[in-house]
Amino acid sequence: MMKLLECININKSFGNKKVLKDINLIIPRGKIIGLLGKNGTGKSTLIKLINDLLTPTSGKILVNGKEVGVESKKIISYLPERTYLDKSMTVDQVIEYFEDFYDNFDSKKARKLLRDLDLDTTQKLSKMSKGMQEKVQLVLVMSRKADLYILDEPLGGVDPATRDYILDTILTNFNEGASVIISTHLISDVERILDEVIFIDKGKIILQSDSDELRRKENSSIDEIFRRMFKC
Amino acid sequence: MMFEFDNNIPIYLQLVEQLKIYIISGKINPGERLPSVRDLALQTKVNPNTMQKALVELEELKLVYTERTNGRFVTNDQKLIEKYKKEYADELSKKYFASMESIGFNINESIKYLKSIGGDK
Repeated sequence: MMKLLECININKSFGNKKVLKDINLIIPRGKIIGLLGKNGTGKSTLIKLINDLLTPTSGKILVNGKEVGVESKKIISYLPERTYLDKSMTVDQVIEYFEDFYDNFDSKKARKLLRDLDLDTTQKLSKMSKGMQEKVQLVLVMSRKADLYILDEPLGGVDPATRDYILDTILTNFNEGASVIISTHLISDVERILDEVIFIDKGKIILQSDSDELRRKENSSIDEIFRRMFKC
Repeated sequence: MMFEFDNNIPIYLQLVEQLKIYIISGKINPGERLPSVRDLALQTKVNPNTMQKALVELEELKLVYTERTNGRFVTNDQKLIEKYKKEYADELSKKYFASMESIGFNINESIKYLKSIGGDK
């Protein structure tokens, strides 16, 4: 099977500071992958590189065998850590915006998912709670028929009920054959749905494993293994 | 179907266990068609790949079988279901005796105790 994403010897420095070191990574199709690491270990930088929002200092990133660029942006649906939407827009306006912007955006699906949330789509984003804004963002991102979904801290700062909604929405809506990368430090909340985990620390990948295999080997949860490994 | 999971144990093993209980307890009938992998995964809120792995394991145990175009079914083999039921009952009983032993009951005392609290039913 063709690799969906491949990172080859990626290094990234900001000035003298090495943020990512020799990252080698292969992401196959049809998997949900957890990119797990403490704050400030390079998760978001790696994600921005994959989305071609930053350029690596050295190394190559291939999506479907081709270097990242315009083509890869069409098939990657990205939920950034911080919203880029103009909060003075209404939900209806944002939907139109996404329709204009992305060929693979399914506005019917987005509207259906938003209806399930009992949301008034004539409302401005700025009038909604943080949790609701996060849900709207996620719905938009998951309503694209993408090959790869990259979600950067989708659970940050929301209550447990909203977390459940977000995980359900991810599970229910990713395309068959597509993969999902979820970056998070809230491991216990997501680990149940992960096929594979990648541990990243100080800019290096220190482990990539099937999650059930790891649980079996260590007789404990991914969360526990992570805590033991990265004890401060 | 709603399952509770313990993150310390491989999820697919827990799925195998829970689905086995559904079958041996008759919550899913012999010969009954199972929902699709994706639907089962959604109902139980797990990754479809994990559910697939669990179902393959149940196939190896012969508790479910696949008909090429129709999907997956629970076995019609009552004897086999009984066998797994007995195995599971043995396991539960052993756990009971082990727990009782840890607080100082020997097997006979444990049986007597069970009878004493179950007697009025």
